[in-house]
Amino acid sequence: MSEVFPKWSNALPLKIIVFIFILAAAIVSGVTYYATPSYTRVGYQPEQPVPYDHSFHVGELGLDCRYCHSDVEKSGHANIPAASTCMSCHSMIKTDSEALEPIRASYASGDPVKWVRVHETPDYVYFNHAVHVNRGVSCVECHGKVNEMEVVSHDQSLSMGWCLECHRNPEEHIRPVDLVTDLDWVHPGGEKGQIEDGLKFVEEWKINPPQSCSGCHR
Amino acid sequence: MRYVYLIFIVGVVGTLAILGPRGSKTTRPPLEVFPDMDRMPKYHPQAESAFFADGRTDRLPVDGTVARGTYYEDEYLATGKNGEAFGKGFPIDVTNDAMARGEDRYNIYCAICHGAAGDGDSMTKKYGMLTVASLTDQRLVDYTDGQLYDVVKNGKGLMLGYADRLSVEDRWNVVLYLRALQRAANGTVEDLTPAKREELGL
Repeated sequence: MSEVFPKWSNALPLKIIVFIFILAAAIVSGVTYYATPSYTRVGYQPEQPVPYDHSFHVGELGLDCRYCHSDVEKSGHANIPAASTCMSCHSMIKTDSEALEPIRASYASGDPVKWVRVHETPDYVYFNHAVHVNRGVSCVECHGKVNEMEVVSHDQSLSMGWCLECHRNPEEHIRPVDLVTDLDWVHPGGEKGQIEDGLKFVEEWKINPPQSCSGCHR
Repeated sequence: MRYVYLIFIVGVVGTLAILGPRGSKTTRPPLEVFPDMDRMPKYHPQAESAFFADGRTDRLPVDGTVARGTYYEDEYLATGKNGEAFGKGFPIDVTNDAMARGEDRYNIYCAICHGAAGDGDSMTKKYGMLTVASLTDQRLVDYTDGQLYDVVKNGKGLMLGYADRLSVEDRWNVVLYLRALQRAANGTVEDLTPAKREELGL
């Protein structure tokens, strides 16, 4: 029989078992790393019909977020501005710019500019912008430093685990309401000061972020 | 076995090379790995609709109707006019809160062109914004409150109106704050209390 199974075949079952473990570990790590919004969504940077540069308009000119996203404080939906908002300035500045042609066309015809949506939660998530910005959650917490982005890209994963991190520890993220649109602001007292003030705001504003399913899903 | 490991390593390296690290910039729409009910056939704000002829989910109010909360019986409050003429005075309660709100709104919507002090010195002017009015000029100090309200609401000259972004109350709050800016810019030594004058050596 020794001619049928050579000597090295004795170690084969063990080698196969070891390999299966290594393969399984690789697959599990691959799925955990790639099959989550941290990989699939973060970094999404679609090309827009008009190359609106936030880093210039906000970072350089100092435009407030709410100049264009004007309903964010009173509506669940943070609106994309109408062409007339752009025309507030661009009826006077860069009036013959080719890049602005879709805006002028939209302003003249009333048809919307087809902006490409960057951030999109699943349809069973009922996120409300107004309640967050009116309770000191800055734009930067979810959207990143848009004031430094030439082209807007998806900054945070917006996964449920990510939402819950803040809902469990709101004091780490909330700030005075009038600083919500100041994307460069960090607490001058560092992490310790942030937590101290954060706890104070949580107490004063009676902040109690829901952690139950129905808080966000209905 | 050596070959199996070789193939395995090539596979791992290949996957890493193709998929790249987290956060890499891409124009490809995000892949939904477990699509479950992520996208439902329902209408979202400012989204596309296959049903309506203009292709939008957002609808305008039906002609001849008024949306709740947008009708103001007080004509002066809503238009700044009494009949045909611009009126004087504030139809809102003049309080510290109104002033603070006015300052807040002014700094969002007006300061970008007219400057934080209202004198027309602003970033957009440096980039070629034409004929930005200095709001503290005597010409505008002489405007009635109703007239200023009308400019905020409907615009004037090259300036477009802000009716879509400022509510009726907020427009009045802005006018109120504007009056404070004008007062501050056109103040004289006479406005100071004797004690203050002494302190400043005037």
